[in-house]
Amino acid sequence: MKPAEFYMRDRSLQPPALHPGYKTSLPRSPRHALLTLQQTVSEITGPTFGHGDIDALDNDLTLNFAHGGLPVGERILLSGRVLDENNRPVPNTLVEIWQANASGRYRHKKDAYLGALDPNFGGCGRTLTDAEGRYVFRTIKPGPYPWLNYVNSWRPAHIHVSVFGTSFSQRLITQLYFEGDPLIPKCPIVQTIPDPDAIQQLIAALDLNSAVPMDCLAYKFDIVLRGRRSTLFENRLEGN
Amino acid sequence: MVQDLPYLRETASQTAGPYVHIGLAPGAAGFHTFETELGQALAPAGVAGPRVTIEGCVYDGLGAPVKDILIEVWQADPQGIYPHPEDPRFAQCTAGFRGWGRVISDFDSGQFCFETLRPGAVAGRAGRMQAPHLNLWLVSRGINIGLNTRMYFPEDQDAHATDPVLASIEQRARAATLIAVATGPDSYRFDIHLQGAAETVFIDI
Ligand SMILES: [Fe+3]
Repeated sequence: MKPAEFYMRDRSLQPPALHPGYKTSLPRSPRHALLTLQQTVSEITGPTFGHGDIDALDNDLTLNFAHGGLPVGERILLSGRVLDENNRPVPNTLVEIWQANASGRYRHKKDAYLGALDPNFGGCGRTLTDAEGRYVFRTIKPGPYPWLNYVNSWRPAHIHVSVFGTSFSQRLITQLYFEGDPLIPKCPIVQTIPDPDAIQQLIAALDLNSAVPMDCLAYKFDIVLRGRRSTLFENRLEGN
Repeated sequence: MVQDLPYLRETASQTAGPYVHIGLAPGAAGFHTFETELGQALAPAGVAGPRVTIEGCVYDGLGAPVKDILIEVWQADPQGIYPHPEDPRFAQCTAGFRGWGRVISDFDSGQFCFETLRPGAVAGRAGRMQAPHLNLWLVSRGINIGLNTRMYFPEDQDAHATDPVLASIEQRARAATLIAVATGPDSYRFDIHLQGAAETVFIDI
């Protein structure tokens, strides 16, 4: 069987390396065109993970750093599916998240924001998708926080998300936002994305049906990774 | 619409931001949550094969070290086999070798250093061989979408001449940006320049 390639990345949906509104991208963006590569085994393979890599509580941020109490803030379930562009689930893939706490403060030695650290909240989690590509985290809705892009720039509430897929060419890091947040359209980092629908795809939807009564609200966030061609040998008349 | 194509659209990338370590290397952020952090060692103790050490630094367009860079490495084993079921020789891959790891720079100096196994040559398209290389993916604050590049080894000059990636670089002088410099037996330096006269070749994979 010949290795099958992944679809060319649609760059019109992706932020360009250089976006002047996001100041740090100025010195950190390549100026030359990317080298075009036809994929080889180096690109269509990628790291694999298994249940031996993670522990049961890794996807519960309300408990995985608890030191004798629960974190403060709005408790949420965050769930969704990892799919590819062919609308097929991506099973058994690693999803990692990290975020600020309810005050907008990160547990990072370099974050000096005056929002309070929460002794019961670390801010990172990870899980593997199931056979249908589903994942779930329990966490606290993060707060917005200020950053010095312009003097009064504020990030909308967001959770950073890292996904692998099955190949190194599908590797993706993004951020999810929350439905109804008025800071989303004002954010220079959100605005690096040129396509309004692509921005909309980063906004998690309130999913009241998945909320757990008297426990936590729920948001839904599906992630789409690059899809893959079929090889000649796999082509079937009835489609793929 | 009848002729609508059924494809979904790839989720847009966003910068990993300055606190990427919280999620991907929490020990470096200053705390511990997980029993094991993933990707800490490319070649854990006990994995057999020739070892190499690679140090370097990522520089921005002003020549300043990028002190919050995170690099992921994906590579073949010393026989040129990727530890992935779609590598045709997967079953013979070096035991215990995952081919993947995370490298972060020192927060003060921006320097990074890691040890791994020396990869072998891997098959390219149409049976054409690719010179031994590491596949690298760079993320950080200010990088809107992860940057892919490769690192090759300086002693493989003959293989470089026919390597499909190196050969496809139109501005020949820029090919050198993908080749590490030997600093000793089995040790190398590989600096990456995001911008400027020495800008590294980044690849649209
Ligand atoms: Fe953030």
